Amino acid sequence: MIISIASGKGGTGKTTVATNLARSMGSNVLLLDCDVEEPNVHLFINPSFEESETVFLPVPEINEDKCTYCKKCADICQFKALAVVNENVLVFEDLCHSCGGCREVCPEGAIEDGRRELGVIQKGHRNGIEFIHGKLRVGEAMSSPLIKKVRSFENPDKLTIIDAPPGTSCPVIASMKDTDFVRLHDLKLAVGAAQILNIPLGLVINRSDLGDDNVRKYAHQKGLPILMEIPFDRQIAEAYSRGEMLVEVIPEWKGKFLRLYDQIKHLAKHETPNTKRYPDHERVGCHKR
Amino acid sequence: MKELVVISGKGGTGKTSLIAAFASLAENKVLCDADVDAADLHLLMDPHITKRADFKSGHTANIDKNKCTECGLCLDLCKFSAISNDFEVNHIDCEGCGVCVYFCPEKAIGFPENTCGQWFHAETRFGPMVHARLGIAEENSGKLVTLVRQESKKLADEMNLDLILTDGPPGVGCPVIASIGGASAVLIATEPTLSGIHDMERVAQLANHFNVPAMVCVNKSDLNLDLTRDIENFAKDEGMSCLGRIPFDPIFTRAMVQGKTIIEYNSESKAGQAVREIWNTLSNKLDL
Repeated sequence: MIISIASGKGGTGKTTVATNLARSMGSNVLLLDCDVEEPNVHLFINPSFEESETVFLPVPEINEDKCTYCKKCADICQFKALAVVNENVLVFEDLCHSCGGCREVCPEGAIEDGRRELGVIQKGHRNGIEFIHGKLRVGEAMSSPLIKKVRSFENPDKLTIIDAPPGTSCPVIASMKDTDFVRLHDLKLAVGAAQILNIPLGLVINRSDLGDDNVRKYAHQKGLPILMEIPFDRQIAEAYSRGEMLVEVIPEWKGKFLRLYDQIKHLAKHETPNTKRYPDHERVGCHKR
Repeated sequence: MKELVVISGKGGTGKTSLIAAFASLAENKVLCDADVDAADLHLLMDPHITKRADFKSGHTANIDKNKCTECGLCLDLCKFSAISNDFEVNHIDCEGCGVCVYFCPEKAIGFPENTCGQWFHAETRFGPMVHARLGIAEENSGKLVTLVRQESKKLADEMNLDLILTDGPPGVGCPVIASIGGASAVLIATEPTLSGIHDMERVAQLANHFNVPAMVCVNKSDLNLDLTRDIENFAKDEGMSCLGRIPFDPIFTRAMVQGKTIIEYNSESKAGQAVREIWNTLSNKLDL
């Protein structure tokens, strides 16, 4: 089973839930940190990293000896990554999405393989948890390909827990797509994203005593199960600040996270995708699908 | 004209609360919400929308079944595995590269432009504001960020306002890069947690990479005073001004629940005083 932890807003406790859930499950857990822009899970899991791999994206490199400056490559590129000025082909590597169109269209075979560094993938272990994360190179704009790379290590024989990035756009979708279950913290947007992807979902409300009752009302209205509430507790916040895990500081929480897992298992089994359980979410200006 | 962008790397460190508080304190400014992916500033600003427009960006392939002969060329060409074996385009996976459209021998693939969201001009009790809503599961958030920032500049020009206060997105990727390029300065709002520091270091590196001067302030500073000092030392070593500490205070949440800025809610609270001091230092640094 694959469980994604998501949220619309940042800083709501995704990493807290993902790490504590993984830690409570004991062995045979795969934990993937897909927040490649700002990966934090390793700060809590403290894995010993055994492997590291640099990930590249193919980008065009022009063989000027073969190029006739016909401009076909610049015309097909939707991302303005190529420009032909007189007898010069300019490649803007950072804008390239690696669609391969330029290489395909070039009549002279003048486009060769270059590459741009996206970031690194690191793998490690700790306490029975197999851990993998991606770290986006600072200055790199495109996170989705690196997220997909992290997700390529999913293992159907293992419980896989994914810590997703905040938001609802491409990086989040890349993290949640085709997962079995999503849990999220507040925000209608994230619910909308899960609904678009047709994934069963439930809520964990963090700092449940600090706000008002609107999240609960919203959940009730939409028929979303609330699986767990974590009240604000200065002891929890201080432990978090030091990189300590809730289940290690307050061992009672381990039982709560195990029950959380049981509920997720139950929901994921009984709520098969494509049931129209949730009413359509309002989507502004989204004509896709 | 000056533009200050508040960013953080990590989410939930108080960017929006800070920008809202600055909105209470600053004069002659435009507010700009550049966190188009999970825009929240409007919740505190209660904007009256005066103009709205669609945000169109990118294209999605669309196969016309009547013309398609199922030759399979598009399947082979698509680097994003966005076309299924029964020749349906998965709109979420389609990157909008147009390679299938170009090469289809039957010209059976359309390529309509996407409407990815909406953007707004609005009036608030603190002056004009520009914000946007990106459709869920949409892309090109960087372009929408650029657009709201351009609109804010235009508005500031027209109305003769000399400051733009921009609420930035979390992370270090595309939307953040689009938020900070060309800004007068960024303020990194961080918190004394291992995650907060880790993410602050990356976002500081990013600001440096794009040559935007960065400053730091520490929110929830009393949660871990050792780490607060570490942040201040890091800032010093990197040549960034540290503008101050804001103590942890649940009144931020209470103010937000009531739709108020912390200055409106309780200007004399410790957190309120800290924010006012930070604003004073900041307006001196920005030469306002």
